[in-house]
Amino acid sequence: MTDTEPDGEYAQRDDEEAVSLFGITFPNDGTMLLALLLTTYALYMIAGFVIGFPVRGLVNQLGQLTFWIALFAMSALALNLQWGYTGLFNIGIVGFMATGVYVTAILSKPVYGTGTSAAQVGGLGLPLSVGIVGGVLAAGLLGFLAALPALRLRADYLAIVTIALSEIVRFALLSNTLSEGTVGGYTLGLGGGNGLILDFTDPLEALIRALSLPFDLVTGQDGFLWTEIYIGIIVNGISVFTPGNPKSVIDTFAYAAVLLLILGGFYVLLRRTGNSPFGRVLKAIREDEDVTNALGKNTNQFKIKSFVVGCALMGLIGILWFGTQGSVTPNTFRPRITFYIWIALIIGGAGSNTGSVMGGAIFAAFLFQGPRYAKNVIETVLGEPSAPSSFAQAVAPILSADIVPFFLYTVDNMRQLQLVLMGVVLIVLMHRRPDGLLGHRKEIASSVPLDRPASNKSLASDGGETDE
Amino acid sequence: METANIAQNGRRLVTKNPMAAFLIVVGVVLIIDVVRQLATGDITFARILSLVWDGLMRGLVIGLAGIGLSMTYSILNFANFAHGDYITAGAFAGWATTYLIAGRFGAESSIGSLLLVGAGGSVFGGALGINVVSTPLAVVAGLIVACGFTIALALLMDRFVFKPIRGSGGIPLLITSIGAAFAIRYMLRFVFDPGTRGTTAAGAVPDIRPTIIDGSVVFTMHDLALIVVAGGLMLGVHLLLQRTKLGKAMRAMSDDQSLSRITGIPTERVIRATWIIGGGLTGVSGFMFVLWKGTLSWNDGWLLLLLIFAAVILGGIGSVYGAIVGGLVIGIVASTAVIWIPSGFARAAAFFVMILFLIVRPQGIFAGRSTA
Repeated sequence: MTDTEPDGEYAQRDDEEAVSLFGITFPNDGTMLLALLLTTYALYMIAGFVIGFPVRGLVNQLGQLTFWIALFAMSALALNLQWGYTGLFNIGIVGFMATGVYVTAILSKPVYGTGTSAAQVGGLGLPLSVGIVGGVLAAGLLGFLAALPALRLRADYLAIVTIALSEIVRFALLSNTLSEGTVGGYTLGLGGGNGLILDFTDPLEALIRALSLPFDLVTGQDGFLWTEIYIGIIVNGISVFTPGNPKSVIDTFAYAAVLLLILGGFYVLLRRTGNSPFGRVLKAIREDEDVTNALGKNTNQFKIKSFVVGCALMGLIGILWFGTQGSVTPNTFRPRITFYIWIALIIGGAGSNTGSVMGGAIFAAFLFQGPRYAKNVIETVLGEPSAPSSFAQAVAPILSADIVPFFLYTVDNMRQLQLVLMGVVLIVLMHRRPDGLLGHRKEIASSVPLDRPASNKSLASDGGETDE
Repeated sequence: METANIAQNGRRLVTKNPMAAFLIVVGVVLIIDVVRQLATGDITFARILSLVWDGLMRGLVIGLAGIGLSMTYSILNFANFAHGDYITAGAFAGWATTYLIAGRFGAESSIGSLLLVGAGGSVFGGALGINVVSTPLAVVAGLIVACGFTIALALLMDRFVFKPIRGSGGIPLLITSIGAAFAIRYMLRFVFDPGTRGTTAAGAVPDIRPTIIDGSVVFTMHDLALIVVAGGLMLGVHLLLQRTKLGKAMRAMSDDQSLSRITGIPTERVIRATWIIGGGLTGVSGFMFVLWKGTLSWNDGWLLLLLIFAAVILGGIGSVYGAIVGGLVIGIVASTAVIWIPSGFARAAAFFVMILFLIVRPQGIFAGRSTA
């Protein structure tokens, strides 16, 4: 074991082994993930085609599906660092997301009076990249402030503290006092109940323009990649084949692709963290904090680091999620978003990074976007019927054996029922499969292979003399 | 000599328990600020009194609901996040009954609208003239149904959700309870629609408004009803725990589960009794809360739940008196916080007090004096 060890020293070994899921055996994790994603997309396409969903709508749905898969997979990974590795029970995720996106908004919104829209408050007008870094740091800082005292607490107390913290964040965003004010000549604020209009540059455009810098130097044009390549060639090229302007659909796809790249970054980062000496201490804390302490590790410091990094990542996810939505309101950040991410993690299996990604994908495809897609499809097929406005009107016709109103009401209120379904799924998972799809795996903490070398098949039963 | 002693005590407090010292300083500053506000006329004495009264009422509700949470927390060893939604479910069941009776079984409006507690603004509570004086029967019937329904719900949830994984530890049970909470909450929203409805006519509740020192304070009949119901039930729980064999078994179980089983306590039966008592109190508290504040919405229980957790932790998990005292403290904090901070932060202040308490004294005020 010297410094010349190849980079693969920390590589997780189990991804070279065959894995099986739902009774099907895959050669490795990558194939399994790919198969899962392809199956999902195929199911979506088939459902759309069979029912004759318009192509544009279908393509748009697939773009959105990718967006959600990437988002929930990232979120589950970040939570896996806290819960799966370190055993920190954080159910205040949404508070860190809100912090991230709101701080980004304040830093990057145009200065009051110069913005394009008639926003009630302005920002500092900094570039979006600075805003994103600021938002991530702010979420990390909030995590640090919460972690300092709270990590000494039992897991269930930490849960209550974190969820209370996320509600405090929401109340702060809602409050009139902080909604508007003047700080150092800038009109800033959190917008109160009306929320904030995110009138900074669109993140996708900002990214492409940033990537375009070297090209701009060559061509002497501002934002070459954006205006010439993206708009000029890609968007205009596709618009030749389709009626209407395809830009919004292409934007969805391009942004989802960016998110997938970031997801890859998350995955690599967390896998390497998990297999590093740092990650081994985290897992040791999860298993038994006292023993880890007795072995001379300052467990508090490790826990704080893990918590802060996880919170910062959640802040980043918040920015990526809500940064493209045009506006944010405080009541978006209700605890149910935290609930989504927990389900995603539990489906995949806490402690497994591959499982987190799979859990995020399954959750996004079948529990989150699936019912909405189904609603969309059904309503298209039935020609946008008008549903009864209350439960009474929906139930009353059942007495006369007419279940159509009830069905329509159910479809119309899919977003409510969806959460009921998620709750039931969570309960069933905790009963039947608390380890999730991949949580049962043993991750070997050692950085050197513990198996016998394959070449040396004979057991050293003679006292090891052959070693001479 | 005297001053030297005080200084020494002070120094010991600051070095040994800096957090407590800090809290004392904060408390003194807040009191000085109230005196200042009273002196400058920013606030009247009567206003403070009505805020405290409001907090006491809120605290009774929190305490009543907290008893059930505290009991299950200590006996089954998990924080039940579905508890808040038991409150909402009980309130909806009870109020559907009250509407039905006050609406004279469809004479005032269609039965469906009454049963859905006026979903979508189809019936207004004010129009039915519901209050404890003019429609006592409807209120009492609603109270009983709320109690019974919540007991049934709690038992059902225990049977199908919690019992199968009873032995798997606090955290899996906690996660499961979150799933149950969302399922119940959004089911209620699905059935009863997301609107907030007024259940009693604002201003129509009989009240007295005595003038105290520099302004009038309002005491309504519903305040009285809440005090009678909550006080009576709290006394009942006290007697039950102290005087009956069941109470003794419950106390034994919260101390040591296996030991109680060895000594022949039928633990499953005790657990069922716990859910019945806890669920009943929770349903009553939900109904009374809505009667007292006059509005009802699908999110009420959840918003109350964190305050209840605050109260239970403040009082010490497992202690019934702790839950009551904690409830009163949290209620008063949440109500009187507006004296010092903007009203948007009142609830945040209560959470903040809870977080501080968890850090300073995680075992709660009544720790070590477990009563149930």
